[in-house]
Parts: sequence; structure tokens; C-alpha cells
Amino acid sequence: MIAELGHFSLILALGLGVCLAVLPSIGVYRRHEGLMRLAGSLSAGLFVFLLISFSCLAYAFWDDDFSVAYVARNSNSALPLQFKLSAIWGAHEGSFLLWTLIMGGWTFAVSVFSGGLSVDMRARVLAIMGALSIGFMLFILLTSNPFDRILPVFPADGADLNPLLQDFGLIVHPPMLYMGYVGFAVPFAFAIATLTTGRLDAAWARWSRPWTNVAWAFLTVGITLGSWWAYYELGWGGWWFWDAVENASFMPWLIGTALIHSLAATEKRGVFKSWTVLLAIFAFSFSLLGAFLVRSGVLTSVHAFAVDPERGMFILAFLVLVIGGSLTLYAIKVSGIKSEAGFDWTARETMILANNLLLVTAAGAVLLGTLYPLIYEALTDGKKISVGPPYFNAVFVPLMLLLFAIMAVSPASRWKKTPRETLRRQFPALIGSLIVVASLVLAFATEVSVAVILIDTLALWIVANLVRDLWSKVANKVAKLPALFQQTMSYYGMLLGHLGIAVTIAGVCTTVYYTEEKDLRMAAGDVAELAGYEFRLNAMRQIKGPNYVADQGEVEVFQEGRSVVKLYPEKRFYAVSKNVMTEADIDPTLFRDLFVALGEPVGDDAWAVRIHYKPFVRWIWFGGLLIALGGFCTVLDRRYRAVKRSRQAAVTLGVAA
Amino acid sequence: MKFGKMKPQRRNRLMIVGLVVLSAGAAVSLALTALNENINLFYSPEQIVRGEAPRNTLIRAGGMVVENSVKRSTTDLQVSFLVSDMAASEVMISYVGILPDLFREGQGVIARGVLNDQNVLIAEEVLAKHDETYMPPEIMQTLAESKAKAEKNGTSL
Repeated sequence: MIAELGHFSLILALGLGVCLAVLPSIGVYRRHEGLMRLAGSLSAGLFVFLLISFSCLAYAFWDDDFSVAYVARNSNSALPLQFKLSAIWGAHEGSFLLWTLIMGGWTFAVSVFSGGLSVDMRARVLAIMGALSIGFMLFILLTSNPFDRILPVFPADGADLNPLLQDFGLIVHPPMLYMGYVGFAVPFAFAIATLTTGRLDAAWARWSRPWTNVAWAFLTVGITLGSWWAYYELGWGGWWFWDAVENASFMPWLIGTALIHSLAATEKRGVFKSWTVLLAIFAFSFSLLGAFLVRSGVLTSVHAFAVDPERGMFILAFLVLVIGGSLTLYAIKVSGIKSEAGFDWTARETMILANNLLLVTAAGAVLLGTLYPLIYEALTDGKKISVGPPYFNAVFVPLMLLLFAIMAVSPASRWKKTPRETLRRQFPALIGSLIVVASLVLAFATEVSVAVILIDTLALWIVANLVRDLWSKVANKVAKLPALFQQTMSYYGMLLGHLGIAVTIAGVCTTVYYTEEKDLRMAAGDVAELAGYEFRLNAMRQIKGPNYVADQGEVEVFQEGRSVVKLYPEKRFYAVSKNVMTEADIDPTLFRDLFVALGEPVGDDAWAVRIHYKPFVRWIWFGGLLIALGGFCTVLDRRYRAVKRSRQAAVTLGVAA
Repeated sequence: MKFGKMKPQRRNRLMIVGLVVLSAGAAVSLALTALNENINLFYSPEQIVRGEAPRNTLIRAGGMVVENSVKRSTTDLQVSFLVSDMAASEVMISYVGILPDLFREGQGVIARGVLNDQNVLIAEEVLAKHDETYMPPEIMQTLAESKAKAEKNGTSL
């Protein structure tokens, strides 16, 4: 009954979605304000019915209703409650329902926080979001209904959630990621709405900015969590694989990063107007492309969603419709738009332009590498290839190094024209950073690598210039602390975001160059030496978890004869799904991780054991979170609230008059 | 028209176009070079047995792991096993390291490595996929082809 209620709510939500797409549009066309104003309540209705639908699926999981096929496939009565509830998005159907719910959530949020918009603009934006929701809901109802029943004979117990997914990572990673993916629908809707009005002014950039920043920050959190999860859960000690599905999340992030910078230039200076619109279209298109790649199964990936060509075709058709439609509209409407303002080559505009070119090129290169297996297969009559990480590293790293150099100089730049003297003053810090990094590497590193010195110098240079820039804003003030509070939240967002990038760069570079790892055959009592640590396998034993049994090793780590930590890596066997799972154990500290994972038994009571020493690996995710924090910070900027307040004031005045 | 006397807007536009062309050209050439060096072709067991696969280049090979073919060293992590297209052809794969959790006899795997003179693939990576029911497309195609061939020849699998 509950499942049917969920199904029914979804159909109702579809009806509301159709109304939302159609009625306000008619209102705009006929200049009928009543119809335009319907957009708000229709958005609320859409969200509420999606929420009911989602809650019904959640209830089916909580209630172990194995007559629902999706629940039977992805849950089990012995599954701990938190995993039962996150199993909702553990596979295709439910995760798309979550995706659609989040789409409804963003739509509702736009309708609530759109105080500064004209009735006409608000109606257009919400109608476009409604139209997108229609696509997602049709997709669920036609190809992947999570509410399908297995009747009359249904299994007594569920087939269990894939053990890899029985983890904290599943609880947080997909919702954050989807918040980001779907969040890019908001700037997309703003861009399309603005195109339809034909007035591509800077106002749309001001409306889009907070939304874009938040969506982008969520995507950043999602990707960071995904990387961290892969690191501790997959048992390989890797944190990024250039896997097709990772790329699918990374491409919208790259485009989104270009977009938030370009929006800043459009808002502040009115430049790059049409380019920014194009980026907004592409950011969301890449999100959809990601969904297509993940769910159609056209690419081999470690994220093996149950794949289905029919679903792939549906998303592909939707993708073609969205991209084709929006680009056509763009082509028709954008020709008359000119950016009026000129700028010097030293201006902040130039740096943002370079940032955009590099990021878009990087996204293009990642796209090429991701799709090349498909292209190659089509060109060579079915020959299968894979494109390895060396390709991505070879293309991506040089582009990023250029970008980082620009990043180091840019905070001090000015709109229109940066005084040469200011630019020149950015470079002494480069030499200082080089000296600091080189002496650190010489003092602590086991071997000296020019690449590490170069890249970490860039990272430190970025930080040094950020600090200097902040200092320059308060240096000539008498009251220094209040001066710090006078800076805008947008400015602090930029500081945090750039600082986060620097921290991530340092983490990535140091981890990549100084990781030490060994795969060994070890029996109880054996000792292995790695990076100055001694790993001793004390014993192997059998333990029993709530829904698995496991072989557990006790590995004691010594440094110079002193015991540092005891690690307990496990090899789990999940009885219901008959899956074997590696559960690595990690001793994390700020400057290094010790990572131990069990391989398989290799005879004579010996086990294959993988040990890693990974310096600075935490910095990668810590930096990622800082970047996201920066994104969230910018939304608190007084400027965006000021718009609302002045409008409210205007309304009050109107009433008084 | 002299460059120095151009309107700032026009000069900017020219600069932008130049930047775009330069960076796009650099990126494309960089990308294509890197692509050519880093693609790994997939070969089926049959192609390898017939000597169609190149030696001393990184390739990918895969198939179903043959039952009882997994042999382990008693001193280190060396392991070897046969992969089959479930018809006539089998290829030996040799690997030093830890096999993935889903590696099992009778399951599909893909290995990346170099063929030696004995037609043994010296693997640097062995992949088995997350999902029990998931079959890498390469192996699905190999199996389908060998099955089709077997049916044409009137032999059953």
C-alpha cells in the first residue's frame, strides 16, 4: 500500500511538474500575472509530493517490505538501520528518485528565495526547472520505477546491499554529489530564462551567483567525499583513478569552477556575458552527460550500476533535447549581445579569461579521454581500448600548473587594469616560497624531486600572496581587527577557496611522489619494513560482525623500536550476497597515513598483505573541504541580502504610499 | 592599421582570439600525443593464441578464469591463471601482487600487461568488477563471438 502511495505521489508530482512548466509560461506569454504567480505554489507542491514519494520508499526500506523489488534487491533484514535507509540510493532506481527529489528541492528553494526577482523572471526560471523535472520523473516512471512489486511470490529476505556500499560513505557521498549535479540546473534555468527574455544584462549574473556557488560547493564536497571513500574502502589505497564515473563528476566541476569566476566578471564588469551563459548551459549539460555515462553502461567503470540500454537511450534523448534546445536558443538570441567594456591585459578580466580557457580546455581533455574508447570503437569497427591514467595526467597536470601560476598572481589584480607595480610585487613571494619548499624537501624528503619542489612552491606562493593580499587590506588601518570584519564574505570565500586549492595541491603532489607501498606475503610473526616503519603481523583471527564474518589481522607498527599503533585490517565475507570485501585499517595523522589491507590467503597460513605509507594524503580532502567552505561562505555576503532588503523596503514604501 | 592604434576593444578581442587559438592548438596536440601513447587495445584469448597481439607493448586481455588453473607461488605473491573465451582458446596470465576481491575461478577478469615470447601475459594490473552480475563489455563480446562460432561449426559448448 505504502509503495503504491509513493508511486501515486510521483505521478501527481509529474502532473504538477507539467503544470509548473506550462501554466507560468502561458502567464508570461499572455502577461497574466495570476498564472505567473502560480509558479511558487506549484513548485512547493512538486517538492512536497516528491518528498512523500521518497518517504514512501524510505518506509519500504525501514519496514523490510521485500515485496517491493527494489527493496528486495538492495536490502536485507539483517542490514543495520542506517544502511537500510541509505540503501534507498544504493542502486539505480532509488538514486534517481533522490536526484529528482533534490531537483524538486532546488526548485522549491528558488521559489522561496527569489525575493529580488521580478514576477516575470521568477515564472520563467521556475517553469524551466519544472520542465527539467518532467524529464527526470518520466525517466523514473517509464524506465526505472523503484516501487515495482514482485507479486504474488516475493522473497522472504532481501539480497542485501552490496557490501562496498555498507559504509558511511554511501550515507553522505551521493546526496552531496547530486546536490551539486542538480544544483547546476539553477544557473542553467536562469541562463535560459534570461535568453528567452532577450535582455542579457548583468542582473542575471547577480541572481545566479549565490546559487551557482552553493551548487558548486556541494559538488566539491561530493567529489571530496567520494575520493576519501574510495581511498579507505576499495582497499587499493588510491584516491583518484580517472575512472569514467569520477570524470563524469569532475567535468561539471571544472566547468562550474570556470562559471563561478566568469559570473563574477559578468556581474562586476558586464564582460563575457554570452560566454557565461554558454558556461551555465554546459555545466548542467555535463551533469546530465555524467548521468548518461554512469547509467547507460557504455563505458567500463568501477562504478558498476546495473546498466540498461533503454535507460541509456532515454537519458541520451533527454540530453540531446536539453543541449540541442538550449544551444539553439543561444544561437538565436545571443548574436545581438556585445560586451561593452574594454580592459587591459593586466586586468583581472584577463586572468579570469585565462582561468576559463584553461579550465574548459582541461574539461575538454578529460571528456576526450573519457569518450575516446567509444570514438575509437566506432572508428575501428569494434576494437576495444581503454585510456589509462597516464593520458589524463599528461594533459591535465601542465594545464593546471599554468592555472596555479595565474591563481597566485590574481588576488591582487584589479578590474580594468592592474598597476604594473602591483603585479611586480607578486613575484618576490615566489622566490621566498621556492627557498622554503626547497629547504623543507632537502631536510625531510627521502629523495629530491624537481617536480615536487616546483609544484609545492606554486602552492606556497598561492598562500603567501593570499596572506599578503589580506594584509594589504588592513595594513594601513588603525583598527586592524575591525578592518578584518569589514571585508566581504565573498572575499573570504575566495581566500578559503584558493587556500583549499593550495592545500590540495600540496597534498596531491607530496602523496604522489613520496608514497611508499609494498604487497607482501606475510604469516603471523613476519615483519616488513617500509619508510622507516616496521609492520609486524602479530596474529590472524576470525571475527563475526552483524551481517558478515571476517578474517582479521593484527598488525603492529613500530618506529625505532617503539610501538606506534596496532592496525586491524579485515577480509570480510558477507553471507547473504556471497561477497568478499577488503576492509583496510588506517592510522591517519596530519602528515602521513599508514595503511594496511589484507589481500587473500596464499597458503600455509600466510596472507597477501598490502602496506602503504602515504605522506600528506589527508591534505587532499582537507583542501577539498576548505574549497567547499569557501563556496558556501560567498553566499553569506551582505550584497545578496541587501538586494532583498531594498526590495522589501520598496514594497513597504509602496504600501505606505 | 597599426596594432598600437587599434581600439582597446578590438585589440582585446584580437588578443582573446589569439589566446583561444593558441591554447586550443596546444591542448589538442598535447592531448592527441598523450592519447596515442596511452591507449591499451583489448585482445581476446583467440587473437592472442593466433599471434595477432603485439609483443612488448601494453595490451589488455581478458576472459573467464579457468577452474583449477590458479597457481600460487609458495614464497611470494606470484600467481598465474588461465583465462578462456569458453571455446578453444586459453591464455596464461602471470601476476605478482594482490588480486581483487571479486577475482574468482569462473568469473570474468581483465588484465593489463605485456605479452612475453611464451605468449604469457605478464600483468601489471588485474581487474574484476564490483558487481557479481556485471560483465565487462569486452568479455561479453568475446564470449558472444566464440559462442556464435561454435554454433556455426556445430560443436556445442
